[in-house]
Amino acid sequence: MEDKLKSLADHLAASLGSEIVQSTLVFGELTVQTTVGAVHHVLTHLRDDPECRFIQLIDICGADYPARANRFDVVYHLLSLHKNQRIRVKIETDEQTPVPSSIDIWPSANWYEREAFDMYGIQFSGHPDLRRLLTDYGFSGYPLRKDFPLTGYVEVRYDDDQKRVVYEPVKLTQEFRKFDYLSPWEGAKYVLPGDEKAKKP
Amino acid sequence: MSAPVAEPKTKNMTINFGPQHPSAHGVLRLVLELDGEIVERADPHIGLLHRGTEKLIEYKTYLQAVPYFDRLDYVAPMNQEHAFALAVERLCGIVVPPRAQYIRALYAELGRQLSHILNVTTQAMDVGAMTPSLWGFEEREKLMVFYERASGSRMHAAYFRPGGVHLDLPQALIDDIYKWCEHFPKVIDDIEGLLTYSRIFKQRNVDIGVVSAEQALAWGFSGVMLRGSGMAWDLRRAQPYECYSDLAFDIPVGKNGDCYDRYLCRIEEMRQSVKIMRQAIEKMPKGPVNETSGKIVPPKRAEMKNSMEALIHHFKLYTEGYHVPAGETYAAVEAPKGEFGVYLVADGSNKPYRCKIRAPGFPHLQALDFMTRGHMLADVSAIIGSLDIVFGEVDR
Repeated sequence: MEDKLKSLADHLAASLGSEIVQSTLVFGELTVQTTVGAVHHVLTHLRDDPECRFIQLIDICGADYPARANRFDVVYHLLSLHKNQRIRVKIETDEQTPVPSSIDIWPSANWYEREAFDMYGIQFSGHPDLRRLLTDYGFSGYPLRKDFPLTGYVEVRYDDDQKRVVYEPVKLTQEFRKFDYLSPWEGAKYVLPGDEKAKKP
Repeated sequence: MSAPVAEPKTKNMTINFGPQHPSAHGVLRLVLELDGEIVERADPHIGLLHRGTEKLIEYKTYLQAVPYFDRLDYVAPMNQEHAFALAVERLCGIVVPPRAQYIRALYAELGRQLSHILNVTTQAMDVGAMTPSLWGFEEREKLMVFYERASGSRMHAAYFRPGGVHLDLPQALIDDIYKWCEHFPKVIDDIEGLLTYSRIFKQRNVDIGVVSAEQALAWGFSGVMLRGSGMAWDLRRAQPYECYSDLAFDIPVGKNGDCYDRYLCRIEEMRQSVKIMRQAIEKMPKGPVNETSGKIVPPKRAEMKNSMEALIHHFKLYTEGYHVPAGETYAAVEAPKGEFGVYLVADGSNKPYRCKIRAPGFPHLQALDFMTRGHMLADVSAIIGSLDIVFGEVDR
């Protein structure tokens, strides 16, 4: 299995050249890093090349790394039923740079891209219907971003006077608890109480 | 005298189906554009059951994340946990002991029965048959008792945990499951007797919602939706995980890709599943049901009474949890509804950095638009029934 993936990686490096930025093989899974500009061609190649035939799009998802300049990863999981192989294609993008939509390659990309847009605010160019998918009608913000609070910003309740559901800012009756169980003896990021005295002469 | 008769003006009608419709299988809101009774366009509005599972998992330790998977496809809870357990185990480099693998296979197949019984009988209910669901739910009740006897909970089991399964099965329970396997094929025969050759059931399902193999592949179908269209693809066979390579079973494949073929595939899969359950029981070895290093799976209480080490492990694992080495992986299982996958990114801490859940029902529901086009309004419910969607996993 590993050998087959290794030869696939070599084949991709030969046929796509500089469009493949990096390819890694970990846990028997092949990950290919490419760029926003090249991703559409890479995906089309992966689907149509007789050595690849990744005819099924399994998943598109985003991931957020706020510390990076290009904060988002867009991750494509593809499956080849003919070769019985999987591949993961990753690109990096930011809030502004749109990713070319892959609906023309696989129609199933439609909802996956809508979901990535809904959850992260990743833009897809050429998508016919980039609406929100999972969040509420009229929702604002991108909930899976790391800077979006877990509790969100608004809550809903039924208002008996107005006879309708109303939106209000979140009121927490108890302070939000984010438990930090990380052991202070194993590389905690904060200074242990009392440790600051150790520096003084 | 002879004024020209004006063509009656017709216009398309847009109607709202759901989210509280009995045959919407949950909280599906469909906006249907109808020309008379013919569906021109279907726009599913999903997300009414969105609970932010992926976000919540990012704030929980790996062990605390397990119960969220029960609440995705809540008619076959353990199959979801299986995918998460496989992903964590791959990142940690753990191989689960053989007994745990067989217990997992047994309960994963039990979950398949739960899901298929529910789907076949509710599909029948969508087209007007009441009795199959009563017969089927009697069996589901027995299966849920098996869930309860293994995990303490009828549905939200949290039983497949990274590193193995939570507790070993008592022999009496295994014997009872075996007895159920002897008796269940008779129930399948009875349900088939009501449906398979029923004229009404066939009129409502044959040639409805036809999907060709090419369409099924392009739309990302998996599981029965793909097999019903003639593709013999099953992850248990194609990319066997754990002990599935040692278990013999057949993969039923449909010919026409219509609702009726998908129904037949599910019926046959239930029979094959019984076969797998029997084999899993017969081949189940003795031995531990968890990996035993003590670094992932908390020790048993009896051990804690005597061992300081065990006590420390217990405290650490239930507060801080275990650290998963940085890396990313995608683990998929053949859930009853299709390929259920977990894309897990670990950053080396005790919480997942990103956990994307790939639910099989999501692409299936997406394809509803092209499947219902040109069909009658009444066929929409038959098609939704054969899609086998559960909103817990579609909306996450």
